[in-house]
Amino acid sequence: MQLFIEQLLNGIATGSIYSLITLGLALVYGIMRILHIAHAAIFTIGAYMGLLFFNLTGSLLAAIAGSMVVCALLGVLIERFIYFPLLKHPPFVPLIASIAILLSVEELARLIAGPQILTFPALLPFPALHVVGVTINSTITAVYCITALVLVLLWAITTKTELGLAMRAASQDRAIADAMGINSHLIISITFVIGSAIAAIAGILVGIYFNQVYPTMGAIPAYKALAIIVVGGMGSAPGAVVASMLLGMAETLLIGYANIPLPRDAVAFIAMIGVLMWRSEGIMGSR
Amino acid sequence: MNGYLVTIATIIAINAIVASGLNVIVGFAGQISLGHAAFFGIGAYTAALLATKAGLSFWVALPGVIAITAAIGLLLGIPSLRVRDDFLAITTIGINFIVEAIFNNFEFFGGALGISGIPRVALFTLKLRGTEFLYLCLFFLALVMIINWWLTRAWAGLACFAMREEEAAAASVGISPVKFKLLAFVIGTGMAGLGGALYAHFMRFISASDFSFPLSVSLLCMIVVGGIGTLWGPILGAIIIGILPEVFRPLINYRILFYTTLLLLMIRFQPGGILGENSAARRLFAKTLRRGKS
Repeated sequence: MQLFIEQLLNGIATGSIYSLITLGLALVYGIMRILHIAHAAIFTIGAYMGLLFFNLTGSLLAAIAGSMVVCALLGVLIERFIYFPLLKHPPFVPLIASIAILLSVEELARLIAGPQILTFPALLPFPALHVVGVTINSTITAVYCITALVLVLLWAITTKTELGLAMRAASQDRAIADAMGINSHLIISITFVIGSAIAAIAGILVGIYFNQVYPTMGAIPAYKALAIIVVGGMGSAPGAVVASMLLGMAETLLIGYANIPLPRDAVAFIAMIGVLMWRSEGIMGSR
Repeated sequence: MNGYLVTIATIIAINAIVASGLNVIVGFAGQISLGHAAFFGIGAYTAALLATKAGLSFWVALPGVIAITAAIGLLLGIPSLRVRDDFLAITTIGINFIVEAIFNNFEFFGGALGISGIPRVALFTLKLRGTEFLYLCLFFLALVMIINWWLTRAWAGLACFAMREEEAAAASVGISPVKFKLLAFVIGTGMAGLGGALYAHFMRFISASDFSFPLSVSLLCMIVVGGIGTLWGPILGAIIIGILPEVFRPLINYRILFYTTLLLLMIRFQPGGILGENSAARRLFAKTLRRGKS
């Protein structure tokens, strides 16, 4: 029983990290209908930048802030110079551009920082918790707290502010939003800023959680996050979070208890195809 | 020709066959697929198993390989009837990951060790190697191109093109989108199966990582760079994508970066491909033609 609870808590931590990675993707898809695979490139840059700023300043807070700024800028650059001019083409055109960005960034990271795995020796200032005889270490506590904070902030922005209203309007129908006096291109850029900043946090958390930062750390998340947004309902942020949590727990528990012959990364895709066949709009989709 | 060039040319010819098959699905029928390497792999593994375990010759096994790959293509093409565009792109990525995982984890498929000891192709008593095998690949490539040329001409091709542009309009003039989508999947994956069989007998050793997702991306890049939906686009794309890494070989450490950056620039500024409608190359060609006439 104790083992089961520990596995479950690990699963929730994995799910939290998945949801941080996936949120940006869901936001971008919601507003631009682009499969933003390069989001994983921003996640990787986020981890590297976090490590760089941490080594320079020694402060984790400065590292997170600096990394968020760099990633937000990078996200807007990708949106302005690559995606937006390609919107008028069939969907596979921005998709291929996105894959090309991811591969280029992986190569750049390898050439600049080296192919080896770097360690991220930061300690997150959170207490270890003891609940019903189970110890939750400080890193996992930090993952829980930071994810909760990000989710609450994002929920507040999208539902309680005028910016959130404009974001929702632009994602429903850009032309009508423009006609109502909303500068939808600006809203798209702001969406990239938010999504990319969250990806930076995810990159740093993953770096510290596994104590590893390496050039291809975005490769698996890139495609798994796609499966997650399909399961959650394309473009639905709450759906993305629910699907991330379910997948995180399912992966951890399946690996712990069931003896399946396939690697854990295949689980996400099998779940995804099942969901697509059964309910193609996803568990929380609207269409 | 020396061995190095023959090897590159053979790989390019095989890739051109597989990319032509992908072009039937993406270019003719308008169904995005990012999992074509899975079918290439299914063809290669079927050919390898039939050759090593059942002891069949390449020629006896080939129809079976193509039929099995196309049958699985038909089965996995069914999702395309339910989902469109972005969903289909992600579904096919998923199929690629699952198929690779199955090859990699089941003992029947050789597991992580792959399958080795695949015999060479024999024509009567002559074992084909080097240049002779290249000619065999070029023969099949010509066959694939004739089929594709016929597809673009025949009414089936017309229906596919009509569907790519507007599915509802195609349905309204009595063309069944379901039938043609599935037909495109069968033909396209069958060509991937043919390419896979050639690949298995050329390399004589295959493993799951040969057919992973990056190869699907490369195949899609070939038809995008060459010109999606055109007859010669996949061939040109296979040549360019096949030769580029060799040209950049002196820059050994930077060559992948060059390659991906070039791809990014290409798709950003010439998304229709080199031979696509309205491309710079085609406009230049038309201009020269006009000047020649006047």
